[in-house]
Amino acid sequence: MCDTCGCTLTPGNAHLVRAAPTTIPVLENLLRANNDQAAHNRVHFEAHGVLTLNFMSSPGAGKTLLLEATIAALKHEFRFLVIEGDLETENDAARIRRHGVPAIQITTGSACHLDAHLVHRALHQVDLRDVDVVLIENVGNLVCPASFDLGQHHHVALLSTTEGDDKPAKYPVLFRAADVVLLTKTDLLPVLDDFDAARAELYLRALASEAPLLALSAKRNLGLEAWFDWLRARHAAVQDRRRKFRPLPATHRVLD
Amino acid sequence: MHELSICHSLLDRACTVASEHSAQRILAITVRIGPLSGVEPQLLAQAFPMASAGTAAEAASLVIETLPVRLLCEKCGAESEALPNRLLCARCGDHRTRITSGDELLMTSVKLETA
Repeated sequence: MCDTCGCTLTPGNAHLVRAAPTTIPVLENLLRANNDQAAHNRVHFEAHGVLTLNFMSSPGAGKTLLLEATIAALKHEFRFLVIEGDLETENDAARIRRHGVPAIQITTGSACHLDAHLVHRALHQVDLRDVDVVLIENVGNLVCPASFDLGQHHHVALLSTTEGDDKPAKYPVLFRAADVVLLTKTDLLPVLDDFDAARAELYLRALASEAPLLALSAKRNLGLEAWFDWLRARHAAVQDRRRKFRPLPATHRVLD
Repeated sequence: MHELSICHSLLDRACTVASEHSAQRILAITVRIGPLSGVEPQLLAQAFPMASAGTAAEAASLVIETLPVRLLCEKCGAESEALPNRLLCARCGDHRTRITSGDELLMTSVKLETA
């Protein structure tokens, strides 16, 4: 083409001259919108001194039963709120409500995980001043929930003895993120001769995880005290931070 | 399959960058995804045409860079490559390691057609 006047420009090739591609460096997390919302949720929890735990496991590992046992034992110590994530049905929330504890059911439809926006919307239905501990039961799934920060303080991962003891090796992203791993349904260990709890721990340690591994059975009330103590200690830590770092009164806030 | 929702969030940001630069079309989006990010690059690539239909990135290509998992041992100081499910120091076997690459989930750049 003529460099002086562009005399060979046609509608077909004009874009080659006019539209020079520009590459804009961005460098930001793909989940920024979710992470921003999670940070916002976390500020709410911290400001109210509320401990929030996110429970993750495969379907059927015993999350709901563990929540029921925890509530039954500790409901006079803490005011609980439960957020239930399921693809469909209110069944799990109904089980929790039978214990006299408020439960909000989030039905995700086809979505395989909870995200920070869904949790935020659920929180708008309650007054956090009436709550000490929020238990979020994520959708039963060992893959997707690990990628979405909800604003929780800690991740709790459940591994049931009816699953393979190599689950931590198969799902490293989720088990690496766990702050505590609960080995559930230990009452079945005598009849499950292919599940080796020591091997499960080796696979977990191979992920460079120092998370405590607590063995329990919510159904037979075995080993629950160590789990309750862990929860109590985490709640005390949130309360302690709140005493030390009081949020500024609303009138002094710059960002909101 | 959370890759579709991650794709939506990726496109949302890329389209914002495009409109900030008054660009009509996005030519390419480059992302960096580590094996420990929890996102499967192949599924993200499959979800992309579905999610981008009707957006400024409709004709864009998605460039996915993957980095190996690398660790820095806090005990012996060695840097080593690792498997996603074996994050121990390759030299001394200690578990006190820090991940230096392999857990990223980043949009690194957007290539735009600017008029």
